[in-house]
Amino acid sequence: MENAIEIRHLAYSYPDDTATEHVVFQDLSLDIEQGSFVAVLGHNGCGKSTLAKHLNAILLPEGGTVTVYGLDTKQEENLLAIRQQVGMVFQNPDNQIVSNVVEEDVAFAPENLGVPSEEIRRRVDEALEAVGMAAYKKHAPHLLSGGQKQRVAIAGVLAMRPKTIVLDEPTAMLDPQGRQEVVSIVEKLSREQNITAILITHHMDEAICADRVIAMDDGKIIADGAPKDVFTKIDLLQSVGLTAPQTTLLLKALDDDGCALPLDALSVDDCAQALFRQISQAKA
Amino acid sequence: MLKDVTLGQYFPGETAVHKMDPRTKLVLVIVYIVALFLAKGAAGYALVAGCLLAVVWISKIHLKVILKGLKPLMLIIILTAVLNLFYGQGEPLVQFWIFKITKQGIENAVFMVLRITLLVAGTFMLTYTTSPIALTDGLESLLSPLKKIGAPVHELAMMMCIALRFIPTLIEETDKIMSAQKARGADFESGNILARAKALIPILVPLFISAFRRADELATAMECRCYHGGEGRTKLHALHYAGRDYTAYCLGALMLAGVIVLRRFGL
Repeated sequence: MENAIEIRHLAYSYPDDTATEHVVFQDLSLDIEQGSFVAVLGHNGCGKSTLAKHLNAILLPEGGTVTVYGLDTKQEENLLAIRQQVGMVFQNPDNQIVSNVVEEDVAFAPENLGVPSEEIRRRVDEALEAVGMAAYKKHAPHLLSGGQKQRVAIAGVLAMRPKTIVLDEPTAMLDPQGRQEVVSIVEKLSREQNITAILITHHMDEAICADRVIAMDDGKIIADGAPKDVFTKIDLLQSVGLTAPQTTLLLKALDDDGCALPLDALSVDDCAQALFRQISQAKA
Repeated sequence: MLKDVTLGQYFPGETAVHKMDPRTKLVLVIVYIVALFLAKGAAGYALVAGCLLAVVWISKIHLKVILKGLKPLMLIIILTAVLNLFYGQGEPLVQFWIFKITKQGIENAVFMVLRITLLVAGTFMLTYTTSPIALTDGLESLLSPLKKIGAPVHELAMMMCIALRFIPTLIEETDKIMSAQKARGADFESGNILARAKALIPILVPLFISAFRRADELATAMECRCYHGGEGRTKLHALHYAGRDYTAYCLGALMLAGVIVLRRFGL
């Protein structure tokens, strides 16, 4: 399948107050397939947000290249095309909503792109429908819950018709219910509309439903693969301050006590099934 | 306490007043203000007040909301009333020490209070029934001739829109900071004015820092959504006049004419 994003030998460092620079990436290479749902995990300061900002040219590489749908992010004339293809959702929904009315906020991006009014109307309705917020289109955003605000922010990005959505810790400020709302919408968009979703998070449980999990530490990729392959490397994850999902930890603990259990039953349902099978076998 | 601030707030609705073109509303507010200042007697004021009440009634905005919005202006209104009361010329009705209250003084006081109240209430109706983006679009469109002489009309309009959007967010934040400071023993209520002003510093510093951080994040988010200035921008709700706008213009003109005629007769 075609690659949405290709990163080759990316190097980047933040200018520091002192003479020394804070190096984030030295040599990072990564391909992301169109339509896949990728979760990027990592501890605070591991460079995952910096990586996200490279994907739509908010930050430009100091060395190496970032290519988005064949467009080099370093070329300034590509800027609008890149940002239209790669939408970005940030942590704090309050700081990305521009208008006092939900539908006018969702319309902000297509308005910037110079889309005709009737087409904007269509896109706004579609985008709000996709995130399940159509009933709130005349509402004031500051009266919505955190999860709802974040869904409006996702709709605001969807209205650009991007091929990729990057979500930079979109659930960090939400309650468990809001988190669930946001993650299930991201999953739905990726499955149903073939949108590439890159979810940056430090909640392991949100990464379970992804196609691919990338774990990062100190600007390097330490594990990359299907969730069941990455999460079963419990020791590796723990060595960089990440913990495996609770389901894996439970199965591992039982496994260590001598029950033969598959460690790759990640979702709560799968885990329960695996336990049930084990118990039935033991009885028989 | 801060939750009571209704200035610059928008109450969404589907009434004719809400749906009217923002340019119409802006122009009519100006016409309304001119009419208010031209009104001379009770009949003139009654006409202007009647128009305002009609608009309020159509827009289904509760009078209570408007009265609540007027609350912060109470001091100014009372001060104006008192000053005007004692500055009338002519035969005093009541007199004590150096103060005298005349018939003209009472009249002046009543009219002045009416004028301020109506002025503020009228402008409130504009922001209550027009979303900030519509308001901004209207202003931008009305002021667009100034673009020719290099005035940054779009940028100003955008700034105003964002400022209005962030009023409730920052109010909420101020409340939070105040609660956090109070929880740690800060005292905002006692002491003289100087002490109280000093007590505000621990609120203002975090508020400003947070506002700057928000501005930075918002700017990035706007850029991510392809914002690149006013050039080539389209609108979800493109402005166009409908029948109701022409009707509103006619009614506005009638009101102004009515006030001028009444003024001629000193009413």
